[in-house]
Amino acid sequence: MTDISTGSGHGPSENTPAKLGYSPVADIPHRPRVADTDPRAARRAERQVASMFMLSMFFVVLFVVAFIAIDKYATVYIPVFGAVGAMNVALGFTMGVAIFLIGAGAIQWAKKLMPDVEVVQLRHDLVSPTEATNEAAANYERGKEESGFARFKIIRRTLIGAMVLFPIPLVVMLRDLWISPPGNPSPSTLLTTTLWEDGTRVVTDATYLPIRPEDIPVGGLVSAAPADLPEVQEAEHNLNARGKAAIILVRMDPAEILSQQGDGWDYQGILAYSKICTHVGCPIALYEQRTHHLLCPCHQSTFDLSDSGNVIFGPAARRMPQLPIGVDAEGFIVAKAPFAEPVGPSFWERG
Amino acid sequence: MSTTNSAAANPIPASPIEAAGGGVATYVDQRVGSNKFLGRTLGKVFPDHWSFMLGEIALYSFLVVLLSGVYLTLFYKPSMVEVIYNGSYVPLKGIEMSEAYASTLDISFDVRGGLLIRQMHHWSALIFIAAIAVHMFRVFFTGAFRKPREFNWILGVGLATLALAAGFSGYSLPDDLLSGTGLQIARGIVQSIPIVGTWGAFLLFGSEFPGTDFISRLYGIHILLVPGLILALVSVHLMLVWTQKHTQFPGPGRTNNNVVGYPLMPVYMAKAGGFFFIVFGICTLIAGLVTINPIWLFGPYTPDQVSAGSQPDWYIGWLDGALRIMPNLESYLFGYTISWNILIPAVIMPGIVFTALAFYPFLEAWITGDKREHHLLDRPRNNPTRTGIGVMAITFYGLLWIGGGNDIIATSFNLTINSITWFLRIAVFVLPPIAFLVTKRICLALQRRDRDKLLHGYETGRVLRLPHGEFIEVHETINYKEMAVITSKSDIAPLPAPVKVDADGVANRKYWIQSLRAKLSNFFYADNISKPTAAEIEAAQHHLDHGAALEAPLHAYEDADEIRNAHGGVLHHPGMANTNAEQLAGRSDR
Repeated sequence: MTDISTGSGHGPSENTPAKLGYSPVADIPHRPRVADTDPRAARRAERQVASMFMLSMFFVVLFVVAFIAIDKYATVYIPVFGAVGAMNVALGFTMGVAIFLIGAGAIQWAKKLMPDVEVVQLRHDLVSPTEATNEAAANYERGKEESGFARFKIIRRTLIGAMVLFPIPLVVMLRDLWISPPGNPSPSTLLTTTLWEDGTRVVTDATYLPIRPEDIPVGGLVSAAPADLPEVQEAEHNLNARGKAAIILVRMDPAEILSQQGDGWDYQGILAYSKICTHVGCPIALYEQRTHHLLCPCHQSTFDLSDSGNVIFGPAARRMPQLPIGVDAEGFIVAKAPFAEPVGPSFWERG
Repeated sequence: MSTTNSAAANPIPASPIEAAGGGVATYVDQRVGSNKFLGRTLGKVFPDHWSFMLGEIALYSFLVVLLSGVYLTLFYKPSMVEVIYNGSYVPLKGIEMSEAYASTLDISFDVRGGLLIRQMHHWSALIFIAAIAVHMFRVFFTGAFRKPREFNWILGVGLATLALAAGFSGYSLPDDLLSGTGLQIARGIVQSIPIVGTWGAFLLFGSEFPGTDFISRLYGIHILLVPGLILALVSVHLMLVWTQKHTQFPGPGRTNNNVVGYPLMPVYMAKAGGFFFIVFGICTLIAGLVTINPIWLFGPYTPDQVSAGSQPDWYIGWLDGALRIMPNLESYLFGYTISWNILIPAVIMPGIVFTALAFYPFLEAWITGDKREHHLLDRPRNNPTRTGIGVMAITFYGLLWIGGGNDIIATSFNLTINSITWFLRIAVFVLPPIAFLVTKRICLALQRRDRDKLLHGYETGRVLRLPHGEFIEVHETINYKEMAVITSKSDIAPLPAPVKVDADGVANRKYWIQSLRAKLSNFFYADNISKPTAAEIEAAQHHLDHGAALEAPLHAYEDADEIRNAHGGVLHHPGMANTNAEQLAGRSDR
């Protein structure tokens, strides 16, 4: 069967190769491959394919040997890649080569030994034959008639109503994806409150040691947390309080402070700012002491800590909230009030 | 030279298939009637082209993702319970971390082959998404999305979206510092959505950030919901390819009504089957040799730490870039906040991009009024406006992607982050239209070149001096392969402008929409370089023959036996159509 239709099939294309005297596919001269004409070449191709399959098996054996024999903590130096885990490289290499060779062999087989003559197959109409369409339409009409879907208005409307309402329980039950904490605070209340209160001691964020003003040199930066954070974390078994309360302390020459979010919110040039970016909430600690700029590593919002933490560049729209600080009777740094504005990214109810 | 429609006989004992050793085939057929399917399927013809392998890469890398993912589920623990790490990675010993992170460390250091599978999973996921993107380019630029394949295009857009969801949900599971930062950004984005955003964020995370629920929730999404949906859509995607038959590039004998290529059995069985192992093998080799996502270096997640140079996986880069370069607009209305700086780049822009992608086939069909079936692919040059739109979109995407790495670019090239950001803020609006115009002009120039080749042949480089002193360069007719490819172009006339009031004085109610459509149609096709007519080609042929006649005395000399032998074959005979075939035949003799 030679289904050779000529012409490029659609549109006003009268200049088809066939009409111009050129050959359709049947007459394209087929160039026989070496393996088609030379039995020795064919046998060579056969050997190539078989040896790839053979090698594949060999590499599987090597894989098992490597799995058993190599110490899993050993490292090996490979040029370009550096020092890498010996086990990972050995397993990946042997398994990869074993699998790859199966594919390479199969493709070599197809290319060298299977027919390379292109054949033609006709496409069939996607559109259903008229009889089938008529039958479908007749069955549908009959069904509609027999069910009385068109006649029984009240059934139709109540059915539609029921179908619209039935997913509601499925949606309503999603409500408790978040179980409100005791006291039912709203999400915006939770986002607005942190552990910081008047008198909360400022401690380092990893070792929870209280900080004296003289611990921070001019130009220095300390990541800090509220002193009650460890207990709260212990009680709540999560990092939520940490995520909101993280702050940084920076110290600069008081003469260089251009403005603050409140009068005297610094202590001898030590300023406390939230560490959570007001853009989308990345913690920030890239501080350039000479310019007093704070740069967010995620989206490069830049804040000027000497000027109320205002945004000077980047996608963040709000300044970094400042925490007023002072020292307690023992000379340790404490907060003098909670944050005056919500920390972290904006949200609808923030106002 | 014929199809292999070997109709399977009835499954009676000693049927041909049983004689051929198909006892199993008969056994199965008597129960499910499978031979009807096999008969058609084994001889099914697929066209050959390297770009058709892009979709295959996507499919096969997805299978590798599934296989490696199943293995990982055996060892990974989707729990945020805090544990003290006591595995073999010394730098993190004794540190408090989630069980999810600890188990990922165990997979990386204590399970033999665990790191290999983890890296295979990550690498093949990256390859999966990249292959989808490039496959989509191929389908777009060749117009393979046109009728009857619009549904398959939409399925493809759905698959691309799901692939991003699969990637992002998986990226977050190790619960290392980098993945947690990605989630924190995701939460910031959800929170920016007006009215429902804050509640949405609490419902998704089950509490304030980070809470203790997201790992187990993402786990279900990552290993069940998203892959299940991908499998379902992929199945339908492939079934449609099967029933509609694959498109083919234009060439000799290839028409809109046929498929020219190799049969499934045996050639594609071996080629496609073999290619699966190639993709699988390469994913394994890369995973063995190239480290990816070394989570042990990042440390456990805590919401108050981040490392500099934080980068997402490549496919999220464009969205991160959009977030980075967006100016800091925020409005405050009646006590509520609208964060345009997040909403526009992270919600509205991707929404528009994916919607436009999904609807493009219908938009183009409406503009052109083209209701024909298309099984022969367009050459990108033959639809300059579509190709221009595609390059414009890629340019836009590329610029956003650059934005996603602006900090790395700044440090690598010693530029300021501010200047890169400002450049991109302007460039995303200016460069894509320029890319469109340049692409369209290049396409039109290529169309002119094609027309030239049809009418004037190609330049042989042989210069003749005529008796009266004139120099001419001999042109020859292009070979039939090229001829078939070039003549496959189908010219579409732009729609005429509608009339406002017809001859009977009746106002055209649809004037506005018809006028818009006509304008868009002109935008698409007005500068099309039309293909020469048969008459024009015939006239041009005479011209070519004339050139050949001038050269004939020379050929009489060349055709002398000794010259022919010295040149080792047949020379071109200008204007003679069979020359190329003859030459091909001559070549294969040797």
